[in-house]
Amino acid sequence: MEGSANMIGYGLAAIGPGVGIGLIFAAYINGVARQPEAQSRLQSIAILGFALAEALAIIGIALAFVL
Amino acid sequence: MISAASLIRTESFEAPGPGIFDLPPVFSIGSFDVTKPMLQLVLAGVLVFGFFYLASKQRAMVPGKLQFAGESGYNFVRNSIARDIIGGHDFMKFVPYLLATFFFLLINNFFASTPFIQFPTFSRSGIAYALAGLSWIIYNAVGIHKHGFVGYFKLQSVPSGIKGPMLLLLVPLEFLSNILVRPVTLALRLFCNMFAGHILLVLFATGGHHMLVHGSALIKPVGILAWVLAIAVSFLELLVQFLQAYVFTLLNAMYISGALSDEH
Repeated sequence: MEGSANMIGYGLAAIGPGVGIGLIFAAYINGVARQPEAQSRLQSIAILGFALAEALAIIGIALAFVL
Repeated sequence: MISAASLIRTESFEAPGPGIFDLPPVFSIGSFDVTKPMLQLVLAGVLVFGFFYLASKQRAMVPGKLQFAGESGYNFVRNSIARDIIGGHDFMKFVPYLLATFFFLLINNFFASTPFIQFPTFSRSGIAYALAGLSWIIYNAVGIHKHGFVGYFKLQSVPSGIKGPMLLLLVPLEFLSNILVRPVTLALRLFCNMFAGHILLVLFATGGHHMLVHGSALIKPVGILAWVLAIAVSFLELLVQFLQAYVFTLLNAMYISGALSDEH
């Protein structure tokens, strides 16, 4: 099989943000389940956290193509 | 694993790469080439303007269907993005910018799943950088206008409640993250999501085709499976396209509210 080691590296690098995003939404679901009226407040915080964690995966994919 | 790969490779399969985004120009004006993403940008602008112009033309007390759709979209951006994030009494100033950004992005992203267009405009990184640059200019200008030049940079780069030598470490970091890196991640997030989504769709579609046409009898059903998955991925992409437009607008609102805030 052929391929680039970059892609394996990117696959490994995506584990971290994947776990992070999972944790963020787990906490968000927990929070909403305990206090449904806080949903609108929690939603924007969760999306912000998701965007920040996702940035790591995105820097990874950019570098996978660049390097 | 190796035997499966050799079964697929009865004819060599060219996996889609970044090259699929280099489209030939549609037409040229002199030496200036006009490509498909440029036309899509104009089309999206016309669509967004036309929709909101028609929706707000009547301004009836009892809204019709079109006016209702326009008002719902406007309410969504004004209430759940601008008012919740920027808040206070000065959020209304930024609603037109946020509304335009959100719907312009939404239409452009949905072009990736529109039949006969099927190309995400923001999978060309330059366009995404331009939009993020606009956002960068706006939130910095708003902050400088409110706090003054020195006050604004103090707000953005000196975290409150920290004294002594820790500041030596934190001030460059905060400056880097709040002023320099923000527009880059904002653009990269949008660009990479559109780029990766489009590559994924092309990979499933062309890979399925290759297995169906060139694969041996055992491989052919996998080609059909790949096409079924391509349809499933398309629906996932619809979600991603909406989410990216939302996240881009939300982060814009957060940066503006951060530039306006008095304390961290």
